[in-house]
Amino acid sequence: MKTDAVDIVLESQPDINVELNGSQIQHDLPTEEMLVNMGPQHPATHGVLRIVLRTDGEMVLEAVPHIGYLHRCAEKIGETVAPYQYIPYTDRMDYLAGMNNNLGFALAVEKLTGLEQEISKRATYIRIIFAELNRIASHLVAFGTYGLDIGAITPFLYAFREREYILDLFESACGARLTYSYITIGGVTDDLPDKFVEICSEFLDYFEPKVKEYNNLLSHNHIFVKRTADIGVITGEEALDYGLTGPVLRGSGVRWDLRKVRPHCSYDEFEFDVPVGQGLKGTVGDCWDRYIVRIQEMEQSVKIIRQALEKLRGTEGQDVLHKKGKTIKLPDDDIYFEIENPRGQLGFYVQGNGAAIPARVKARGPSFCNLCVTDKVCRDVLLADVAAIIGSLDVVMGEVDR
Amino acid sequence: MSQITLPWIEKSPETLSGYRRKAILLLFVLAVGHLGIALVSLFAFKPGQLADWKIPFVLALVLGASLAGMAFTAGAFGVVFYRIIGKFLRWSYVAFALFLGGVVGACLIVWLHAEIFTFIKGLSAAEGEHRVWLLAVPYDHTVRNIYAGLEAIGVEVPVLAYALWPLQFEFIRDLVALGGIIGFISIIPAFGIWWERKVSARIQSRMGPMRVGGWHGWLQSPADGLKLIFKEDIIPPEGDPLLFRLAVYITFVPPICAFLALPFAAAWVFRDLDVALIFILAMLGIEVVGVILAGWASNNKWAVYGSMREACQMVSYEIPMGMSLLIPIMMAGSLKLTDIAGAQAGGFWNWFVFANPWCFIAFFTYYCAALASCKRAPFDLPESESELVAGFLTEYSGFRWSLFFFGEYAAMFIVAGLAVILFLGGWSSPIPEAWINSFLTAVGASPDGFFGTLARGLLAGGPIIFVLKATFLFYVQLWVRWTLPRVRIDQVLYACVQVMLPLVMVLLLANTLWILGTDHLQWGWLNVIDGILHWILVGIGVIVALAILCIALYGFKNNKRLVGQLAVVDQLPGS
Repeated sequence: MKTDAVDIVLESQPDINVELNGSQIQHDLPTEEMLVNMGPQHPATHGVLRIVLRTDGEMVLEAVPHIGYLHRCAEKIGETVAPYQYIPYTDRMDYLAGMNNNLGFALAVEKLTGLEQEISKRATYIRIIFAELNRIASHLVAFGTYGLDIGAITPFLYAFREREYILDLFESACGARLTYSYITIGGVTDDLPDKFVEICSEFLDYFEPKVKEYNNLLSHNHIFVKRTADIGVITGEEALDYGLTGPVLRGSGVRWDLRKVRPHCSYDEFEFDVPVGQGLKGTVGDCWDRYIVRIQEMEQSVKIIRQALEKLRGTEGQDVLHKKGKTIKLPDDDIYFEIENPRGQLGFYVQGNGAAIPARVKARGPSFCNLCVTDKVCRDVLLADVAAIIGSLDVVMGEVDR
Repeated sequence: MSQITLPWIEKSPETLSGYRRKAILLLFVLAVGHLGIALVSLFAFKPGQLADWKIPFVLALVLGASLAGMAFTAGAFGVVFYRIIGKFLRWSYVAFALFLGGVVGACLIVWLHAEIFTFIKGLSAAEGEHRVWLLAVPYDHTVRNIYAGLEAIGVEVPVLAYALWPLQFEFIRDLVALGGIIGFISIIPAFGIWWERKVSARIQSRMGPMRVGGWHGWLQSPADGLKLIFKEDIIPPEGDPLLFRLAVYITFVPPICAFLALPFAAAWVFRDLDVALIFILAMLGIEVVGVILAGWASNNKWAVYGSMREACQMVSYEIPMGMSLLIPIMMAGSLKLTDIAGAQAGGFWNWFVFANPWCFIAFFTYYCAALASCKRAPFDLPESESELVAGFLTEYSGFRWSLFFFGEYAAMFIVAGLAVILFLGGWSSPIPEAWINSFLTAVGASPDGFFGTLARGLLAGGPIIFVLKATFLFYVQLWVRWTLPRVRIDQVLYACVQVMLPLVMVLLLANTLWILGTDHLQWGWLNVIDGILHWILVGIGVIVALAILCIALYGFKNNKRLVGQLAVVDQLPGS
């Protein structure tokens, strides 16, 4: 297990406005406290998350997440099947970013077996294109459902309209629209279909102005800003202490993106920025910052895909799937490898014992780790803020429970 | 409409045509029989030969048999021509025809009964009191008396006398008018929900309901209503069953009562109350009790949250809402809605919204407060889905649930109607009648001829203009709902208590002083400023109206462009 020493840059020292966060509101009329179950069947909990709220009127004094409603023994299954057979289980973890999950596991196994040197350039670029397209799709869902949490229904439909095109692109490449298993050990299962590059760039041309539309519609909407700015503030130190990753960490002003600091998949060949929360509408690390980081990441992903499509031009004819992918034997060694998922750092720990089937598979899910901050942030907030905070963490319960 | 078929006709063509023939025959026989009974009883009992106590029975015999005969005839024709009717119903714009037909029908009923009652009141009263069976009923006209009146104007149809006789009682008049009002109220939610779904679909680049009924799913609301009636009626076992049932009616009935005082035109009002505005506000205020009861009786924590939010929100927003309404009242000097609307007649520049800046702002404060008190977005906190599951509606299902929506949409129309009456000139046309007359003369049509009367009836103000204006404000409520996020409960109360309430108080004071200066003290310089501001506001109004019109036209012309036209779909395997 290798770790690189990387300087963590704190953008600015956050200044929490406690008055607006509600923690200093005086309870001059304390009433009877009430325990409320928010979930597992609740529209705002994004799946089967159950949060037990201890409330005093509209004030939430404590919010304890209870998880496990979607547990499917995904890690145990990993000890019974070969790595290439385990790929379909990974895209059922974070079902909104199946490509990235496939990529994470494939890279971990390839690193363990030394196959990574033999992956063709074309396969790598295709992997990057699909990972970034899926990042856009995943952030579109995050953006849309966050609108729903705040009560704006229309952005959700807009986001899904654009996501539909991405799913069409995925379908044209691998035939599936949700659980792709496209990126696999040794490359990708199939080469790109005809005209994929043209249609993909046409989509990017179509999509880029839409981001501005989202900003006009929701990001800078006064009510939306009032609902999200200064709510659920996580400072940079807290984010690091809790092990938060992804847009949640970057929303707190920490410029940390594995694609930049520890580039996998030749991300180092690409030009892109890492957006971080700057506290434009309130405090650094509030819900609005986490939200806007996702919107800006979509723009950066478009930039990466454009470059990857450019780089793809010289690579026609290369083999995209390495023959050894299905027949590898894992060495008597272990590896822990992390990639940057749309939700944060997705790590896979794979331990081999000389056989084709791993001795141990463990996943470190970003949603699971990001969810642990709920109890810290959802104290002394209003009931409506709980929905806003959970939405801004953007958890996928399939990955939390695995 | 072709989807709706009669099962005993479509299943097996060979045998079922026989069923069809038999059904037609049966219906025609019944129709002829009933009409025969009606005719025989009519000729058998001339008004002159009839004892008073027999009149109700003869009336029931004649009217009942005639109505049944007509219904059976219609049924027979329906079976004969159902295929043709089905084709006809698939035509475009049937939904609008239905809506306008309902409105016009309700208006016609109101108009007809007004005319008939005037006619009956105009007949000379004959005898004072009559003994009907065992009761001594005081009434002005006997059937003989009415028949004599009819003969005097040359209409020698005895059955009319029977039919007109009960109409002399106020009670019957009220029943007829209530029929019109209830008909209108039933159309509003059915049309409103369908329209809201289409508007939201348009805003969100979707199609909305497209199946039920053919053209753009215009039968969707009745179909949903039918489904809701057949759903299981669930009452939470731990809740309070009595209050759970009662809450629905307390929420549903007051908005409908408010319609009793809402004038659609000068004479088109069930009761032209002197304090109509206060009556309507009081009726809308009762709704909160029903919602609190619903939340309490559901025995659900989310429902309690919803009802407590409703209580906070509605009680606090009624104050700015009522105070905003005081400003047009001050301008008109009356609480009577017909007077207030009448004071704004003669062109859109006379509407109170343009009268002075304070009225202009009060229109918007009223509209915001009305949104909040109707619990429409962005103030839909009592039923906010993402926070409270469904708020006070969480435990409701089926028909009870739909009754809440009846109440909500009726209340939406009432607040829109109040805004129209108080600020936007009520039923008066934006164009003065003199302009229409001169235009008609210029075109060459006589203002009193057929087309002239028609044009004046449509353009010069009346219930249709009122309904159109109210429908536009109703539409704005939908528009706002599908555009804005929801505010938080503390922000709702903050906006009310710390922003809106002081603002409305300032408006009230400023308007009082303004009227004092312009109308009573007649300060010349203030009148000059008043005139300038008035025309500036009129200009703003015209610009806003034109802008909305242009945007609507642009959207209509480019309605296909909004949906993305990527070639991705064509490249899919299998496409």
